[in-house]
Amino acid sequence: MLTKRIIPCLDIKDGRTVKGTNFVELRDAGDPVDLGRHYAEQGADELVFLDITATVEKRRTLSELVNRISQQINIPFTVGGGISSVDDVRVLLQNGADKISVNTAAFKRPELISELEKEFGSQCVVLAIDTRLEDDGQWYVYLNGGRTKTDMKCIDWAREAVSRGAGEILLTSMNHDGTKQGFALDITSELANSLQVPVIASGGGGTISHFVDVFETAHADAALAASIFHFKEISIPDLKSELYQKGIQVRRAEL
Amino acid sequence: MSIAIVQYNAGNVQSVLYALERIGATATVTDDPGLLRSADKVIFPGVGEASSAMRYLREKGLDKVIVDLKQPVLGICLGMQLMCASSEENNTECLGIFNEKVRQFRPGTGKEKVPQIGWNNISQLKSPLFNNISNDSYCYFVHGYYAALGEHTIAVTDYVEEYSSALQSGNFYGVQFHPEKSAATGEQILRNFLAL
Repeated sequence: MLTKRIIPCLDIKDGRTVKGTNFVELRDAGDPVDLGRHYAEQGADELVFLDITATVEKRRTLSELVNRISQQINIPFTVGGGISSVDDVRVLLQNGADKISVNTAAFKRPELISELEKEFGSQCVVLAIDTRLEDDGQWYVYLNGGRTKTDMKCIDWAREAVSRGAGEILLTSMNHDGTKQGFALDITSELANSLQVPVIASGGGGTISHFVDVFETAHADAALAASIFHFKEISIPDLKSELYQKGIQVRRAEL
Repeated sequence: MSIAIVQYNAGNVQSVLYALERIGATATVTDDPGLLRSADKVIFPGVGEASSAMRYLREKGLDKVIVDLKQPVLGICLGMQLMCASSEENNTECLGIFNEKVRQFRPGTGKEKVPQIGWNNISQLKSPLFNNISNDSYCYFVHGYYAALGEHTIAVTDYVEEYSSALQSGNFYGVQFHPEKSAATGEQILRNFLAL
């Protein structure tokens, strides 16, 4: 059976992992390749590298990093952060990225999704959505790393993006992100149950039972988290072992 | 040992090259018929759409080169599908190395999403390609079309229905999953191929 995926996310700035990590056994916890390889060895199903570099050097440093990741890591990985053109994506894919994620640039110019789908196929186009539940009870799309509110409802944007060729949705609830109080089950469920493409839930995972809930109750196809893995609050083998005992299909020990 | 990777318009070869490097092998990416014929092993990768890939192979004469190869050949993902008889993807006639047909996933009452993206089991393994691989091992899949079960099936995977996740006919092998992205299991399968 197809398994539910566990995806650690690494934030990258100037080629280094940011947000602290607690990996004394790693030679260099700031090196995203070291950390990514560690997660791959632990049984992570995929990795997401989110580049938050804001310099003009970004494009070159990111493509070099992607090349190193591809050389050394034997599981699929997605690269995101400020991607806004077919040419950006071509360079990253040629350097070995399996998928790219787009967010603000795709919202501002939705044709970007269609162009990427046509050029590279929907299997490598992940649409990232940052969303927030407002007082009116609706989930709205936010841009620019959550700084800019839009009037677009999350479900409407997700549907349009899928119709334009997005192959997966990476859904981050801003209400839940960083709280460790659990994933946003309602909006995750709405997207996972109504879209024809996989939904990756992000934001709020703090305990193993939160992951059980997001898979069992919200029917997410994958769950993404960062700091709980970086600070070893949950280890991937423990997480997968408990999910397995709860009857959730996960990929476990190799060979 | 010389390893050639078929260069064409649907190859995504960087990951395959690096996966080979990780197990200590180097390969040449080429569309030169002579180099393809003389290599000890040939890998035929592929990410993309079937009809444009087949058109390109025919224009370059690579279709005839591939079907006449005598050494072990490994098709990966679209590469494997192109080695089948035909594909429902834009009604494409393929290379016909395997007589199995490639169909589109049509989820019925199930809630399966298309394409299939993620890790799934490979079962009923029967080929030296799977030496030292346990039944039900997990591999990484990304695909919306699948090869039906048939006489050349050497691995079975279940998604919407049971289908061929690997095929073999003589010196020709094909895998629907991506060994280059399938962690230690994938590396073992690549090692097994190089040892054929």
